[in-house]
Amino acid sequence: MQRKAIFNNKLLPYLLLAPQLAITFVFFFWPAGEAVWYSFIRQDAFGISTQFVWFENFTDLFADPLYHQVIINTIIFSVSVTFLSMAFALGLAVLADRHIRGKDAYRTLLIWPYAVAPAVAAILYIFLFHPDIGLIGRALKGMGVAWNYTLNGNQAMLVVVLAAAWKQVSYNFLFFLAGLQSIPKSVLEAAAIDGASPLHRFRTVIFPLLSPTSFFLLVINITYAFFDTFGIIDALTKGGPGNATQTLIYRAYVDGRVNLDIGASSAQSVVLMIAVMALTLVQFRFIERKVHY
Amino acid sequence: MQRRHILLGTSGLLAAPFVAPSVRAQGRTEIQFWYGLGGALGERVAEQVTRFNESQSRFRVNANFRGSYVEVMTGAIAAWRAGTPPHIAQVFEVGTATMMAAGPAIRPTHELLGEAGITLDPKRYLAGVRGYYSDTQGRMVSMPHNSSSAVLWINLDAFEKAGLSTTDLPKTWAEIRAAAQKIKATNAAEIPISTAWPTWVMFEQMSSIHDVGLATKANGFEGLDAQMNLGAPIFAKHTNMLLEMQREGTFVYGGRDGDGFASFPAGKAAMSFNSSAGRAQVQREAKFRWASVVLPYHGDLTQSPRNGVIGGASLWTLTARNRTAEEYRGVAEFYRFISEVEQDKWWHHVTGYVPLTLAAYEASRAEGFYTQNPGADAAIIQLSRAEPTPNSQGFRLGGFVEIRNIIQEELERGFQGQQNAETLLANANRRADVVLRNFERANRR
Repeated sequence: MQRKAIFNNKLLPYLLLAPQLAITFVFFFWPAGEAVWYSFIRQDAFGISTQFVWFENFTDLFADPLYHQVIINTIIFSVSVTFLSMAFALGLAVLADRHIRGKDAYRTLLIWPYAVAPAVAAILYIFLFHPDIGLIGRALKGMGVAWNYTLNGNQAMLVVVLAAAWKQVSYNFLFFLAGLQSIPKSVLEAAAIDGASPLHRFRTVIFPLLSPTSFFLLVINITYAFFDTFGIIDALTKGGPGNATQTLIYRAYVDGRVNLDIGASSAQSVVLMIAVMALTLVQFRFIERKVHY
Repeated sequence: MQRRHILLGTSGLLAAPFVAPSVRAQGRTEIQFWYGLGGALGERVAEQVTRFNESQSRFRVNANFRGSYVEVMTGAIAAWRAGTPPHIAQVFEVGTATMMAAGPAIRPTHELLGEAGITLDPKRYLAGVRGYYSDTQGRMVSMPHNSSSAVLWINLDAFEKAGLSTTDLPKTWAEIRAAAQKIKATNAAEIPISTAWPTWVMFEQMSSIHDVGLATKANGFEGLDAQMNLGAPIFAKHTNMLLEMQREGTFVYGGRDGDGFASFPAGKAAMSFNSSAGRAQVQREAKFRWASVVLPYHGDLTQSPRNGVIGGASLWTLTARNRTAEEYRGVAEFYRFISEVEQDKWWHHVTGYVPLTLAAYEASRAEGFYTQNPGADAAIIQLSRAEPTPNSQGFRLGGFVEIRNIIQEELERGFQGQQNAETLLANANRRADVVLRNFERANRR
């Protein structure tokens, strides 16, 4: 109708789109394409000799039992981080949404951790949990707990999960709070008049109305856990002890930048790319159906 | 007039080292130098460069701090691939094999100096330093810059508290273990023994000191087809001892890389192993009497321990298509400058790294530097006490950074109680061999 009439010239829309397309191409498709290309070759660090090896980088990767452990680590890590950060954020948002004195101050304070850089967050957690210098770490040892995350894999995983989740709580809190505030008061009042308890109201009214926000945050948090937690792991455990806290992204970094094995690193990036594409697809196909807008 | 310009330029550089003056403006040839030492040591590097710039008026070295050693190396490699590498990159010792395999990307130091007409006799340099950075014909490929060796740090107050001698310090592992047991029994310190750099100290140094290769083919010096040699009895013996000591509480694992050393300057550990370059930190932080001595050896395996190996970094000259002879000349002049006895001695004294040349060591000794700073020569003695053998001259293993981490990871699994020494070594050997084979394939020309 009206939309069709805007452009008479067939070229103009493409021309207007060109800058955005150029940026997308240069900064997204090109590097991604390079990663795909490099995943099929074997090359020395300087790129002096190159060998095309077909799928060898991939078969090597999946034949490595340590890579299987890294996949399992990533699943445990991402699920825990996403669940913890969203659950805490929702709880805090519900509390901060109530009519309490000084709620603006609470809200501001709760948003602060988001401004903390991942590496700095990790340092904070070292000062909390380190068995020798950490506040909580020493207290745990004092109580007789054999606490040493530098040597105990499960404890190391727990610490990186806590640090990564803590860092993301603020972001989730912000969105949950906005989501809560956009729920019409009349709906809640009607439910209250009908005699629904606060818990009942939360379960049957608030939570379903929050589902678009929750869904959005689910996608964001999983992406965060997959890609943006590198700094925390690097500063806290460097993937150790053993390989206990090595995740897909961390291993791709180590193989590519530290070990200078570009083929292996690119193959991992491609695997990661496919995994995230699949995950997002699943989320939109199956979970989004349950979301009420 | 010309002279004044240069002086003005120099003072401008001092005031603002990051202002990039145009290449020819002051008639000086610019040399880019990327380094990876932060903090106090980084300031010393900047000072070293300033000294060079002030010493002559033909070249100007621009020193740029580029992050960690890993970041400098990956950054320099990426820059080379893009055609804009720095003239000089400081690369840590584990990156040596990767750099050496990079044929057209690097200009070997002996070639560089030869073209510039500068003769630097390799014999001037400490044997342990020279050997690590030389090819099989004994020609220096990179320029030694900052070298250290691992030494044993001892808290003398803790030793006294435990009733141990503070003058007759342990020399063998048996003596170390006995001392650690006594420290534990008397509760003289929270941690009897800890270590930084587990692979470097417990595998690389031990291999060198006991003259057993960490890998075949002279630790990779004789070819890319080297294989790991972790099946040698020394490694099983040593690892078993570490695991036993951990179980009896005399050895406490303190984490990867440098992490394990934090407990020593804090006064919690009675003994610790770390680079001799940790001296500045200990001097600043330790509130107790301490000593640094050469590494222990297994008395039942050898009575005459060989030289230890170095750690630290060397300078690599990178090539570029448009690089002029004058620029290479500048790099060569810089190398000549830092090898001068006066400069080398200064560097040794202010950083805690070992001197590059024997002459600087002799001069320091003549000045009484080691009587004023006892133990500052432990690393030098350790590096030069024997002529290096093929097993003790250093390591030329491709993907050595990864191999170091593999050994570290498997060791951690051993400390966790998941595997015994034999399985640990077999796993590390197998995984490291894969790294060597991949490197061999990628670098075969």
